[in-house]
Amino acid sequence: MVSVYSPGRHGLRTKLSGLTAKGRKWRINAGSDPVIKQRAISGPVPWVIAIMTALTVIAAAGGLALGSIAAAAGDELQGGVTVQIAGPPEAEAARQAQAVAALLADDPEIRALRRLDRDERAALIAPWLGDAGFDGEDADDNLLVLPELVEVQLTGEAGEDVLADLRSRVEAVAPDALVSADTSWLAPVGRAIEALQWLALSLVGLLALATLAAVLLASRSALNANRQVIELMHLLGAQDRQVAELFQRAAAVGAGVGGAAGFAVALAVVSGLAGRFEALGPGQSAAGLNPLHWAVLALIPIMVTLLAAVTARLTVLATLRRMV
Amino acid sequence: MQASSSVEGFAGSGGISGSGPMGPRRSGSNAREAIVRFENVGLRYGTEREVLSDVSFQLHKGRFYFLTGPSGAGKTSLLKLLYLAQSPSRGAISLFGEDAVAMDRAARPALRRRIGVVFQDFRLVGHLTVYDNIALPLRLAGVPEEEMAGPVDDMIDWVGLGHARDARPETLSGGEQQRVAIARAVITRPDLLVADEPTGNVDPDMAIRLLKLFSAMNRLGTTVVLATHDMSLMERQKDASVMRLVRGRLDDPTGALRNPPWSWGGSSREDWA
Repeated sequence: MVSVYSPGRHGLRTKLSGLTAKGRKWRINAGSDPVIKQRAISGPVPWVIAIMTALTVIAAAGGLALGSIAAAAGDELQGGVTVQIAGPPEAEAARQAQAVAALLADDPEIRALRRLDRDERAALIAPWLGDAGFDGEDADDNLLVLPELVEVQLTGEAGEDVLADLRSRVEAVAPDALVSADTSWLAPVGRAIEALQWLALSLVGLLALATLAAVLLASRSALNANRQVIELMHLLGAQDRQVAELFQRAAAVGAGVGGAAGFAVALAVVSGLAGRFEALGPGQSAAGLNPLHWAVLALIPIMVTLLAAVTARLTVLATLRRMV
Repeated sequence: MQASSSVEGFAGSGGISGSGPMGPRRSGSNAREAIVRFENVGLRYGTEREVLSDVSFQLHKGRFYFLTGPSGAGKTSLLKLLYLAQSPSRGAISLFGEDAVAMDRAARPALRRRIGVVFQDFRLVGHLTVYDNIALPLRLAGVPEEEMAGPVDDMIDWVGLGHARDARPETLSGGEQQRVAIARAVITRPDLLVADEPTGNVDPDMAIRLLKLFSAMNRLGTTVVLATHDMSLMERQKDASVMRLVRGRLDDPTGALRNPPWSWGGSSREDWA
């Protein structure tokens, strides 16, 4: 039975007239349920974000691992110089190598020095030529002359100036010597790795754009699907900001869940590949990734979540501005 | 139809000064503040012909108005302009002293919160309970949960839905859904209450009960605009003014529309019989 309007047990008349907006932040949960259901807003966003995040993390991990491996290899070869004496008869080459070793033995800029013996030098060439050409017990019996090699480890970097100085001194006692920095051998590999790193970075950028596009399309689709409720909210006095926050929150939750799932999958993949990478790497940790790298990778789902939330908010605000 | 002093034309419409039987009674009604002003308002959708043409009137604070007219006359379009769901193609609209046409989009929500709307199709949020549907305008206004619980429960009792507090709209009858829609429209104590055919889908008894709800709000100072075809309902609300739309125009170009004279102070229906 409809009764005549009266104050009621809570003093409705008084309370209603006293109800004012306190400017409090709009909450998505209207008591028991959100005004627009989370699933109705986020739609396929969690799935898309999960896939995008997994791919992004794997691409980023690849880029970071390659960089790490290149840096480690570079560090190992840093300051390394090889003196090679090739061309003269073996006895002469040996004499010059000995002279070089004697010259550099007491040099304060040289941390270590080692002249490779005949077997070590033969082993270096064996993968290409086998031992057919230099298997004679006497050097004169060999078909090929093995170059003499002296490994030098400088205390500092093998810069151009240092190398030039070293060359001039070495050539004085060993005119057939070739002095080269070990890092120069790595340069082509370094360039290839750098190219791969750029590729990985580009992939990360493209995936971020794809994520942005997916969230944008999902937000527009959700706006259209929930147009009636949004219109109702407007007519009841909702501000664009309040509607946008609903979508922003839903996108953030969806992207957060998807991002976490995607990150977990990527983690499993990267960890699974770690052993294989380790076999290639110069003694680094799993897949050449250090704790800082893992922290960077962990930031990806967080960034994706933020990106999704901001994209949803801006998309919704832009669309609402076209509504009455 | 008799002339009305509370639904009157703007300048240029001829007004009602000195004309009709209500001339001497005007001053009392006009003392009330005009909260809605339409001036030469036209509305067209796309490139179609105008659904509303040259509509001019004023609505006064605390009055009860019926909006009637045949189907397709433009009643719903006029109401949409009233509750800011639509912008006019031409003309001027003033709500609560604000220019509703030129006003900034960001300023509209504050104005909309002063207007309660009962939609023809109820527009209840299907997955929300009766309580949450009614509480929605308060939540949008940022009212804390603890402050709204009592008033919302009182409102639920007031519309006789205490038994259905936690029910979803789909489980309610048409009349019950209508009452939820009314409760949601009035929970914020709006200055203006607009209802589009609120009794169109309910039986006569329920229609009378719903009218009592609107009347109660009107007695508390809310200006009520109720679109209806139901003549018997209009007869029941004796102090109401009537606006009649025909083919997108108020059928009295002077704005002098029916207002039962017995609704004026100091007289009774019998005095005018």
